[in-house]
Amino acid sequence: MFWQQLVNGLTVGSTYSLIALGYTLIFGVLGIINMAHGQIFIFGSLVGLVLMTSMQMPLGVALVASIVISAILGLILEYTALRPLRKKNVPHLASLISTIGFAILVEEAMHKIFGADSRAFPQSFGDKTFDLGVIQIRSVDLIILAIALILMFVLHFWIQKTKMGKAIRATAENTDTANILGINTNMVIIVTVMLASALGGVAGILIGMAYSALIPTMGMTLGFKGLAVLILGGVGSIPGAMVCGVLLGVIEVFTVAYGDSSYRDAVAFGLIIVILLLKPEGLFGRKA
Amino acid sequence: MLSIQNLTTSYGQIKAIRGISLEVPEGKIVSLIGANGAGKTTTMRTIAGQLKPQSGGIVFCGQKIDGSKPHQIVKAGLALVPEGRQILGKMTVLENLEMGAFQRNDAQGIKDDMEKMMNWFPILRERLSQLGGTMSGGQQQMLAIARALMSRPKLLLLDEPSMGLAPIVVSDIFKVIKQINAEGTTVLIVEQNVKQALKIADYGYVLEAGQIVLDGTAESLLNDERVKEAYLGGRKH
Ligand SMILES: Nc1ncnc2c1ncn2[C@@H]1O[C@H](COP(=O)(O)OP(=O)(O)O)[C@@H](O)[C@H]1O
Ligand SMILES: [Mg+2]
Repeated sequence: MFWQQLVNGLTVGSTYSLIALGYTLIFGVLGIINMAHGQIFIFGSLVGLVLMTSMQMPLGVALVASIVISAILGLILEYTALRPLRKKNVPHLASLISTIGFAILVEEAMHKIFGADSRAFPQSFGDKTFDLGVIQIRSVDLIILAIALILMFVLHFWIQKTKMGKAIRATAENTDTANILGINTNMVIIVTVMLASALGGVAGILIGMAYSALIPTMGMTLGFKGLAVLILGGVGSIPGAMVCGVLLGVIEVFTVAYGDSSYRDAVAFGLIIVILLLKPEGLFGRKA
Repeated sequence: MLSIQNLTTSYGQIKAIRGISLEVPEGKIVSLIGANGAGKTTTMRTIAGQLKPQSGGIVFCGQKIDGSKPHQIVKAGLALVPEGRQILGKMTVLENLEMGAFQRNDAQGIKDDMEKMMNWFPILRERLSQLGGTMSGGQQQMLAIARALMSRPKLLLLDEPSMGLAPIVVSDIFKVIKQINAEGTTVLIVEQNVKQALKIADYGYVLEAGQIVLDGTAESLLNDERVKEAYLGGRKH
């Protein structure tokens, strides 16, 4: 039971990590919270899901479609809601509002295009279970966990070791400095926003697989989970987002398993508040 | 090599520099001296593309660069060592140097230059995997200069490299600047440390309240009564 729940928590939590990474990457380079993140990646994921259900496309195609559509929406966000305000040197609060505006637009578009109802995932995969002694893992959970963990590993390596990854870190630390070193920071921002949205696109499909369905309003609820993880991990911290996403997933699953499912979010967010009272900068954050 | 005509840059309503003109000939060291708030940093930031001039022109190696983006100006061969050094404190010394070479793609050349920098500044070799933020002010200044040189600039701009450093470190820094110039890099240096800056320079400009009030060979400025009075601590003893 315990181990079983732990695996479930890890599975759900790893998708929260991917969502929170999107917030943290964008916060890192731009210093803003992208309130449209959830809507962007749920839109992308719904496109992927429709490809699977209406056109019998395989999961891989749905995943790629979700990544591409989410990344394109991220690009549109940058050109419409972020860059125009950045040029004018307006306070960061302004771009918070403009991303909320973008979120509302995407949410409305989703309702028009996909309807407000829940859309089921095809049941063709994931019903097999693997017996590993103390735990049984559904193959779908295995797929989710594997994709999420591999992606985080690759991302970590990419940010630490590649030229582009280092340029992102340099821009995040100081855009002015990055500029005079010859880094085209506008290009870095585009890459970051698209990457963040694409990670969400993966997370959305994985969550759809875990819950066997997607609803347009999940953009907001999952967005809030990602935000909670962002704050818990320490805003702008990549390891913080990774670890705390998993942590939130585990807390949620244990609350349901050993407590009351109706208190799932209450316990999870209550714990976050307690942790933040003890460590206001987040578990992995630096003191300001 | 660098030619500035009638450059004016403002912050909102405030004109920080007002119609300044100056020339930096190839192979030389030119010093721009002036008191705190004279507009030295504004001039440097405008040349490097971080600030847009309100009017006037900047020509670098025959190419008009006012209006270009900072990264394009680096690519054209101009590198700035900014005021306060601006080391990337959360990145290692090695990564700081790598970022200096961001516009380059010649892996072997970058490697060779990295080696050259570590020979010039042995402290960098010792601290290569340490975070930039953990180094002392003097070490950070060395790193900032080495980082700028990693782009292989034709012209190096230095904004108050001696700021906040102990006198012994300052004289080291000026020795290094002289050596960089001897190896073929043209230098434009901005300083409040007027004596040192003029000693290594070929030519100098004096900036006051956003305007060039005096210019001449470094030697003539060092002996100029007004310069002595205002910047060199009065009469010679
Ligand atoms: N970001 C800024 N906003 C408004 N005014 C500024 C800014 N930076 C500098 N100034 C003003 O412009 C003038 C020149 O400053 P600066 O170029 O930094 O001088 P220096 O480098 O010679 O000390 C000063 O009066 C300063 O107060
Ligand atoms: Mg200054």
